[in-house]
Amino acid sequence: MKTHWQILVVDDEEVMCESLAAWLREDGYTVDTAPSGREGVEKARQRDYAIYFVDLKMPGGMDGIETMMQVRRLHPEASIIIITAYATVDTAITAMKEGAQEYIVKPCNPEEISLLVNRIIKVKNLQRENTILRKKLSRQYVVGDVISKNAKMGDILKLCHEIAGLRSTVLIQGESGTGKEMIARAIHHSGDRAGKPFVAVSCAALAETLLESELFGHEKGAFTGANERKPGKFEMADGGTIFLDEIGDISPKLQVDLLRVLQERSFYRVGGSEEVRVDARVVAATHVNLQQAVTEGKFREDLFYRLNVIEIRIPPLRDRREDIPLLAHHFLERLAHEMGKDINEISEGGLKLLMDYNWPGNVRELENAVERALVTSRGQVLTEEDFSFLATNGAAKAWTAPAGMTLQEMEKLLIVATLERTSGNIKESASVLGIDRSTLYEKIKRYEIPR
Amino acid sequence: MKYLYVGATPEVEREAYGAVRDRVESEFGAAVREMELGAVEFAYDPERRQYGSIAVLEMLTRICPPDAVKLLAVTERDLYIPVLTFVFGQAQLSGRVAVISLARLRQEFYGLAPNREIFLERASKEALHETGHTFGLVHCGDRNCAMSLSTNVRQIDSKRCEYCAACGARLRRGARE
Repeated sequence: MKTHWQILVVDDEEVMCESLAAWLREDGYTVDTAPSGREGVEKARQRDYAIYFVDLKMPGGMDGIETMMQVRRLHPEASIIIITAYATVDTAITAMKEGAQEYIVKPCNPEEISLLVNRIIKVKNLQRENTILRKKLSRQYVVGDVISKNAKMGDILKLCHEIAGLRSTVLIQGESGTGKEMIARAIHHSGDRAGKPFVAVSCAALAETLLESELFGHEKGAFTGANERKPGKFEMADGGTIFLDEIGDISPKLQVDLLRVLQERSFYRVGGSEEVRVDARVVAATHVNLQQAVTEGKFREDLFYRLNVIEIRIPPLRDRREDIPLLAHHFLERLAHEMGKDINEISEGGLKLLMDYNWPGNVRELENAVERALVTSRGQVLTEEDFSFLATNGAAKAWTAPAGMTLQEMEKLLIVATLERTSGNIKESASVLGIDRSTLYEKIKRYEIPR
Repeated sequence: MKYLYVGATPEVEREAYGAVRDRVESEFGAAVREMELGAVEFAYDPERRQYGSIAVLEMLTRICPPDAVKLLAVTERDLYIPVLTFVFGQAQLSGRVAVISLARLRQEFYGLAPNREIFLERASKEALHETGHTFGLVHCGDRNCAMSLSTNVRQIDSKRCEYCAACGARLRRGARE
C-alpha cells in the first residue's frame, strides 16, 4: 500500500532532487520535486504530501527551515525530513525545534533512508486506518461527511445544518440504500445533541408486541419472559435522538402510542402505570410513500403530520448520477485500504458502466459493487470487466411488473414490444412469444396494433 | 527482432559477466545480445572516489542500440547518487537502460573470505532487480522476490534469484506491451 502516498523533494540542486526522486519512485511512491522553497510551498498548498524531503541550504531567500515552517503552517501534521550536507549541532537543533521529524546528512546510507521512509509511512497508514475504523465504529458522521455535488443534495445538507440544533421531528423519505440513516446521524452529530445517544430502531424488523416493548420498555412481569424491568429505546435516547427506520411498517396500535409520545413527550412502559418523561428528538425514515399510505388509510394522518414537521426527500442515485464517480472513488479508497489492496483507480470504461447502471439499490449497492470488484480484480485498476456482474444484474432487475394493468393491456404491450424488436417480423415474433402465427395475427387485429 | 542487451565495461571480470548474461537469458528467453562498453571514467567524482550512476545511465541512453528492448550494463565501479553513500545499481523506471555495480557484491569488500558462488549469485539477483525496474516493476513487499529492496548484501542474500509470481505476471504483461 504505497502508491497512495506522495512524497515531495525540495532541493535547488536538480541532480540531487531528481536522483532522490528516482530512487523513491523505484520504491513505488509517487514523487514530486520542487527546485526552490517557494515552489515547494506552492506545491504543498495544492496537496498534502506524506513526506517532505527539504534541503537545508537553498538560495533565493527561503532556506529549508523557512520552507518547513511554511509547509507546517499549511499542514501541521506534515512529516518533514531536513537534508543537509553540513551537519552542525546548531542547525540540527533548530530543525528539530521547528518540527522536523528527522534530520539526515547527505550522502546518506540507503538503508537509513529506507528505514526512515518505511517508518513514517507505517505510522501514516496506521493513523489513516485508525481514522477509518474510528469513524466506522462510532459512525459519527457529520453533515460534511456526506459526499455529493448534486444541487438537491446540497439543499438537503444545508437544511440538515439549519435543523441540527432544533428539536423538531424530521421525516426522511428515500429509496432503500440512499443513506437515510447516515443523514439522520449527520443531523444528530451536527447539533448540540451530538454528545448524547443516537438510538436507531428498525420498525420493520420486529413483531408488533416486541416492537412496543423495544420502544417503550417493560416492567417486571409485564409478560411471560419479562423477568426484570427493561428500559425502552425512547428512554435510552433521552437527551439525544431516536431514529425510527421503516416507520411506514408500524401497526395501527403503535401509531397511536407513537402519536402520544410525540404529543405529550411521555409514555408508559409495557405493563407499567408510571408515566415516563423523555426528551428525545424523533427522526423517522421510510422508503414507502407515507403520504400515499395516508390516502389509502394505512397510516394515521395526524401521526403523519406530527412526523412530517421537517421533510427531507433523498433523491435516488440514478437521479444524481454526477455523484457516482465521487462515491465510487470514495468507496474504492476506503475499501482498498481495508482490504490491503493496492488499487486506487477505476478505468474510464469502468466508470462509464457505473454511470450507465440504474442502481436500484442506490448508494449501498454501489458500495457493494466496488467491494465485489475489488475482491475479484487482479489488476491495479478496476475495469469494466471487474464490474461486468452489474450488466447481468441490471438487466434482470431493470424490469418490474407494472402492477395495476389488466392482463389484456399487458399482452398488447408485450406484442408491440416484441414486434418492435423483430422489426415487424411475424414469424420471429410468434416464435419469441411462443404462439403460432395465426394466433398472433388474430391478436394484432383484436388489439388494433398498427403495423 | 528486438534484443535484450547485456553489456560490460572493460574492467569487468568475464565470469561474472557470463553469469549475469546467462541468468538474464534464462529469465527473458533467448533474445539476449552481448555488448562491449567503454570505461565510465567520465562519471568519476574525485571527492567521493565513486562513479555517478546518473551520468552512466545518460551515457547508456545515448549508445543504446535501436534494436534493444533494454540495455543492462555491468561495471566494477562503485556507483552512487548524490543523496546516498552508494547504490548497488540504478535503472530508469519503465525506461530502456539500467546499470549494476559489482563493487560491493564481493565478500572481500566486507573483509570476509572470498566466495565465488555467493558473489555470482548476488550479481545475478541485482541484474534481475534492475532489469525489472526497466520493465516498470517497483519494489516488492515479498522479501524472497528479486524485486524486494536491498540496501545491504544481507538483504540481497536473503532473497531468491527469481521474481515472485505477482512480479513475474506484471513483467510478462509489461514485456508484451
